Amino acid sequence: MSNEPIDWMTRANLKAKGKRPDFLADPEEEKMLSMLMAVIGEISVLRERLDTVERLLDAKGTISRDDIERYEPDREAGQERGEMIREYIARVMRGPQQALQALEEFEPPVQDVVDELRDS
Amino acid sequence: MSKIDVAPPYTAVSRHEMFPEPRHDEAARFDFLANLNKFLAGTLGPGNKLAYDRRVLPAFVKEHGREPKDRFEIRHAMNEDPFHRFWSALKRNSMEMRQQNGRAMVLRQLDALDAKARAFNDGKDTLELDPSVAVPRYQAAVDIHCMPGSYHGEERPDDVSAGANYDCGLFATTGGALGALNDGGGQALVEWVRKERPGWEPRRVLDIGSTIGHNVVPLALAFPDTEFFAIDTAAPSLRYGHARAQALGATNIRFIQANAEDLSRWEDGTFDWVQTTMFLHELSGKALPKIIAEGYRVLADDGLMLHVEQPQYSDDMPLYEQFIRDWDAFNNNEPFWSAMHALDLKEEMVKAGFGRDELFTVGVRAVVDTDIFPEAPTGESEDHGRAAVWNAYGAWKNAEAIQEAAE
Repeated sequence: MSNEPIDWMTRANLKAKGKRPDFLADPEEEKMLSMLMAVIGEISVLRERLDTVERLLDAKGTISRDDIERYEPDREAGQERGEMIREYIARVMRGPQQALQALEEFEPPVQDVVDELRDS
Repeated sequence: MSKIDVAPPYTAVSRHEMFPEPRHDEAARFDFLANLNKFLAGTLGPGNKLAYDRRVLPAFVKEHGREPKDRFEIRHAMNEDPFHRFWSALKRNSMEMRQQNGRAMVLRQLDALDAKARAFNDGKDTLELDPSVAVPRYQAAVDIHCMPGSYHGEERPDDVSAGANYDCGLFATTGGALGALNDGGGQALVEWVRKERPGWEPRRVLDIGSTIGHNVVPLALAFPDTEFFAIDTAAPSLRYGHARAQALGATNIRFIQANAEDLSRWEDGTFDWVQTTMFLHELSGKALPKIIAEGYRVLADDGLMLHVEQPQYSDDMPLYEQFIRDWDAFNNNEPFWSAMHALDLKEEMVKAGFGRDELFTVGVRAVVDTDIFPEAPTGESEDHGRAAVWNAYGAWKNAEAIQEAAE
């Protein structure tokens, strides 16, 4: 067995074999969305790390990097952090969620409302 | 007030000795993805049906003067809808991020993982690799689940990266619904068979397409005196799976690199139980009947054949549901998903030799520690095709004949 070193950061990004479907109108938009999603994910990671630091400081007063790496939330903290992430995702996904709501409400265009109110 | 439904923290997964060690931020990435997937399935997912009912279907009827005749027509029409397109783009990104996050964590510590695997594997006769076993075209044409390298890819010779990546990221894809060891499916089988045939101790069990053995380990632990044979074509998954099983104390499983289309190394009637778990949908149209027929041949009389799968598409299943269940086929590199689920599996089992009256189907729901892990979802929030709720297609071979002979 070989232990030849590999450039794991580059290798982690490999594309899966098989043509990627087009979802959005423009291939550039696909790339922008993938970058945005990665950034959204990394902000969530930062928030969780900060939460770890705060919890450890509350509990211990002073901490090391190793404490952060080894931290594991208990049942209650795990639930609270899950709720924190859920709230964060809901905030970021406001646009898509409002698109869903628009589908539920089936509203007429605002111009129709303007026209109706102008004459009423 | 009941608890708000969130994914359990990634740190709740059981880290057996072969499991990649997550750093703080790596665990946090999976926490994000598990909750994102819950959001995409539960909160945004219902928008697809609304878009269909309110926009896509009326426009289709207006244009064609009739409703769509199959799931493919719905897919073509839905692929033009802005809500469905954006939802699909988000979901595809979530899957790509899961692979990136898993691979980054695994490849960073690959030296350590390979060394641990060697310590478990070297010199053990329960791991049998055979480099002459070719990766079948139906496994190699595209990378299944968008896993770069699929189940068989190696970053360097003899590594375990593919198996380790598969194991560590199942949590994110399922939102934790497979439990602490991703083995909720195997645990469900144990629970079912104990109830179905109390006291039964099969002599030998064959698990086909076992990948990392996460479904067979609970069975092997439940039947410690039974010989288990777990076969797969992918060496990196087997290397990891064997080491994983050893780490979990399941030493009665022999992991063998073999293609189940040809089981000629085993005589007729060798096994008391032949099973697959979420495997048939990864087979080509030609390989599937061959594998079921070979499974029938090596199954002993009064033996059990069991195939755990998602529900098949039938005339009773609404076309919209068939379409949404097909999402992974076209957007997550599951090339046989659509065709396989349209097959009449019972018919395939009859063709392999079973009598129609020997067949049964049973609903299977992942068994998990519900204090920590979510129960398999049903209804609106179900992530179609990924939820930990399955149908098992089974048969007891010539059981009645055996019983009559005994009387």
